Amino acid sequence: MFLVGNGAGFSGDRVDAPIAVVRTLIGRGLPAALFFETLGERTVALAQLERRRDPELGFEPMLERLLEPILADCFHHNIPILGNFGAANPAAAARCIAALARRLGLPELRIATVTGDDVAASIDLATLAIHEADSNLQADAAKLVAANAYIGAGPLVEALRGGAHVVVAGRTSDPALAIAPLIAHYGWAFDDWQKLAVGATAGHLLECGSQVCGGVFWDPGRKDIPDPANIGFPIAEVGPDGSLIVTKAEDTGGLVDLRTVKEQLLYELHDPAAYITPDVVLDITGCTLEQVGPDRVALYGLAGKPAPEMLKVTACFEGSWLGEGEVSVAGPNALARARATADVLLQRLTMRGLRVRPRVDLIGVASVHDSDDGALWRSYAGPEPEEIRIRLAVEGEHRDDCDQAAREVLALLCCGTAGTGGARWRVTPRILTRSYLVPRELVPTTVTIRAAREMN
Amino acid sequence: MLEIKLYDIAHSRAGDKGNRSNLSLIPYDPAHYALLAEQVTEERVLALFAHRGATSCTRYDLPLLHAFNFIVDDALEGGVNGSLNLDGHGKTASSRLLSLTVTVP
Repeated sequence: MFLVGNGAGFSGDRVDAPIAVVRTLIGRGLPAALFFETLGERTVALAQLERRRDPELGFEPMLERLLEPILADCFHHNIPILGNFGAANPAAAARCIAALARRLGLPELRIATVTGDDVAASIDLATLAIHEADSNLQADAAKLVAANAYIGAGPLVEALRGGAHVVVAGRTSDPALAIAPLIAHYGWAFDDWQKLAVGATAGHLLECGSQVCGGVFWDPGRKDIPDPANIGFPIAEVGPDGSLIVTKAEDTGGLVDLRTVKEQLLYELHDPAAYITPDVVLDITGCTLEQVGPDRVALYGLAGKPAPEMLKVTACFEGSWLGEGEVSVAGPNALARARATADVLLQRLTMRGLRVRPRVDLIGVASVHDSDDGALWRSYAGPEPEEIRIRLAVEGEHRDDCDQAAREVLALLCCGTAGTGGARWRVTPRILTRSYLVPRELVPTTVTIRAAREMN
Repeated sequence: MLEIKLYDIAHSRAGDKGNRSNLSLIPYDPAHYALLAEQVTEERVLALFAHRGATSCTRYDLPLLHAFNFIVDDALEGGVNGSLNLDGHGKTASSRLLSLTVTVP
């Protein structure tokens, strides 16, 4: 039996989550690996912008905080750590880990750096087939921020076989972070599609961290979970024959049952017969589940089809600007005041000729489910809420127009309806993405392994 | 016959890829799978997101898991990169799906 634990499901996850996972992996006494998934589609672009600002930045900002409590334990118990926490700068992330290792008295810790996913300089995107694109994207090479290929398990396996204790990657497919240690441990062939399908499923279920253990599942009184302030992160138990059980860290909150596993199995899945990863195309249409113990769910009937010829490349471009401003109203007649405020804000943008596309939300009446034209709050006929927060959002090509639009919300502190308060406003740059398909031979990867003592 | 919200008999999670939303629908009791298959049609789910400009809906049925996967195209007014909505990913869309009503015996 081999255990794969997950220590983070996105950049921004609970930083103390890996501790219980590692404690459990050690306690089980089985061969194991731990992976971190911290790189969202746009995170790499934000990281690239950070790197432009400072060549030693551009990797996961919480990296040291995530690894410090567990690095020595993983090293001493031979639990390799894999992560896409290298983001836009794997080499700098590796240097950060090396410095941490030396500080913790682990100079012999071996760190692998996987590169090759960053294809911004090596591939002319104009020559590639477009896979998916934001509808309002005018792809302009001058505005390219990042272009990264989703690489598969191959180079990660190479790093593990080379004796790496920590594997630092940038853009990888999320499931590859779980598939790689399984291939390295069991020696599965890269075309053993059924086994790789099991690995991909383990990765898919674990890649969002707590989401398979009660995170974004719990609903008080309807779907209760124990101790939601301390949800345990997931662990997959994978047998040599491709058996798979999902469980979680011991002595933690949350739960793993048929409901949590079903929600995560279908999460961000499109055709259930063809979930495409660089290593295997997964088919879950024959999958069945069984609760085999407390917080233990077994999966059966997973099938795999040959890996795709092409890899996905996601390119990120500088987009427009987003301006946002919010104020609150409360108490008697709040709904009428909020509606009037919304109309006045839109009127002000027109009066001033600001070149922006606006939207107004009445938070507490209708917002996240509403449309840009406010169809739901305009037609709302329910009871008057005690409090309403009015939010203006605008986008446009011109930063100053977006800023001025957002400041119209601030001006309501004096010019607004009776009892208007709590203004906040900000302007942020936007990122647009487009994906392409690229022949995998155009994305060569490099693995470099060095001991912490050799690095500075 | 009784009209109830989906929320009373099923759960859901929403995800996204660009301007496309994916919503699972999972009955707590597998015995309700057939009822959902009959009543929670692609047309009804598309209508839930029509005010936001959704253009098409596809339902994938998973009878062995007793679950459905709905793909709703153009439901996110631009998706996480382009939307002005606070919830650019559309993660809260699962709750809108569960507000749909169904008739049970």
